[in-house]
Amino acid sequence: MAANVLLAAPPPFDAERVRRDFPILDTRVNGHALVYLDSAASSQRPLAVLRAVEDYETHSHANVHRGVHALSQAATAAYEGARERVRRFINARSTREIIFVRGTTEAINLVAQAWARPRLRGGDEILISALEHHANIVPWQMVCEQTGCTLKVAPINRRGELRLEEFHTLLGPRTRLVAVAHVSNALGTVLPVKGIIEAAHAHGALVLIDGAQAVPHSRLDVRALGADFYAFSGHKLYGPTGIGVLYGREELLAAMPPWQGGGDMILTVSFEKTTYNELPWKFEAGTPNMSGAVGLAAAMDYLEGLGVEAIAAHEQRLLQLATAELARLPQLEIIGTAAHKASVLSFTMKGVHPHDLGTILDAEGVAVRTGHHCAMPVMTFFGLPATARASFGCYNTERDVARLVQALGKAREVFA
Amino acid sequence: MDLKELYRDVILDHNRHPRNFGRIEAADSRADGHNPLCGDRLSVFVVLDGERVADIRFEGRGCAISTASASLMTEAVKGKDRTAIRELFDKVHALLTRPETAADGALGKLAALSGVREFPVRVKCASLCWHTLNAALEHGAATISTE
Repeated sequence: MAANVLLAAPPPFDAERVRRDFPILDTRVNGHALVYLDSAASSQRPLAVLRAVEDYETHSHANVHRGVHALSQAATAAYEGARERVRRFINARSTREIIFVRGTTEAINLVAQAWARPRLRGGDEILISALEHHANIVPWQMVCEQTGCTLKVAPINRRGELRLEEFHTLLGPRTRLVAVAHVSNALGTVLPVKGIIEAAHAHGALVLIDGAQAVPHSRLDVRALGADFYAFSGHKLYGPTGIGVLYGREELLAAMPPWQGGGDMILTVSFEKTTYNELPWKFEAGTPNMSGAVGLAAAMDYLEGLGVEAIAAHEQRLLQLATAELARLPQLEIIGTAAHKASVLSFTMKGVHPHDLGTILDAEGVAVRTGHHCAMPVMTFFGLPATARASFGCYNTERDVARLVQALGKAREVFA
Repeated sequence: MDLKELYRDVILDHNRHPRNFGRIEAADSRADGHNPLCGDRLSVFVVLDGERVADIRFEGRGCAISTASASLMTEAVKGKDRTAIRELFDKVHALLTRPETAADGALGKLAALSGVREFPVRVKCASLCWHTLNAALEHGAATISTE
């Protein structure tokens, strides 16, 4: 019996072994072994992704959906195979719901221009949260300028959590769309998106989730979640840059006009009348990023090989360790103390500007993000020009946390 | 990469106790500077006596390099005329960007900024105040961005 229990227990997560899959982590920075704590800005890629991209470029590249020749067929198979891989990863019903885009920003802009702009008018409201990245603010401001609709912002509390009572007050019959982050990039707050989606739907509003920071840290099931649109990027998911995904419910996407015109998104073209292609290609004008899609699919294979839940549990352990360690440091303040957080740790050190902190940490080989994190309203709310932000991925270890603490000690020393 | 070269005692002192810090309500000219990369903002207030900067103050919040650079700048330019300030700016600019430049004797305490050139992403921090002063002297009120 005891043996059975042991067999049933999941294997411990071996971050040291994971590190060996990421050659860039062997880089030395300013005489130190690199400690990479900036995965929330862009994660590194494992060999499996680098090799998949190289393999595609070396053996399978030609243009897709066009030629009858062997390479064009191979490229099409690789690209459409990647779409099916994404569908399975997020549990969408159909590959017609998977639009390849450059990244989260483009995905949100697509919905803004192809769904919101033709439908909304004066009196309509778009509801976002005060935690949003600029990519989930500015496209809606543009739609407001274009249509006369109004942008509403649900506030946050001092812990960096959405104030749900105010959110529900702002949600009303005029609300046509709710657009919120799944995880705040600046603070790491996990938003209660399931409840947000249910509440929005009860008011007849649609919901777009900016999942750029969530997908690397949790299993995504778009059907269970019930989101109408869900956007994320490949390069925060251990995949290449320049590739991302817009998931949209098929009936919504089918009713939307294309947002860019060109090749691949048409069935027939004449000077009198052009008929548009079917989903998902209707939204993919021009030659797409095939190698990026292939790399993203490889990243998803890699993540499922490690176990998305196992990665999340490992990152939570690191987050708790780092939070406890940093809380002990004098004159250090953690910004964003939500009850439910992903592995993002924003902080400031009294008397040391985040930009100076970033330089000193870099001199010690520790890479963190410093600045406003493309979330200036969040910084304004906390009365800060900037913070330093450490973020943890599958390849970070307890040793990385110790090196961060040590480097922060060095900063305290320089600014003693 | 030597942090002590960047964060010299003079820099740390001027960061902790910036000189000529604050506003001049009756300024003849002011300009605002902004570094969108790090969020640094500063304003420079100038009282002119003909071609000469009779008084100068600055306020804002920024990193140690930008605060110290602004503080050192106000000390260096007070009492100087436009031409002398322009010459000084050229010397500071060369110090910040050209690796071979030996600190010019005319720079005085400003020579403490020479460590910045080893940190290219920080050059904008040190030069923001100078561009802002330049705007105040050339155009009157304006917002200067490093981007």
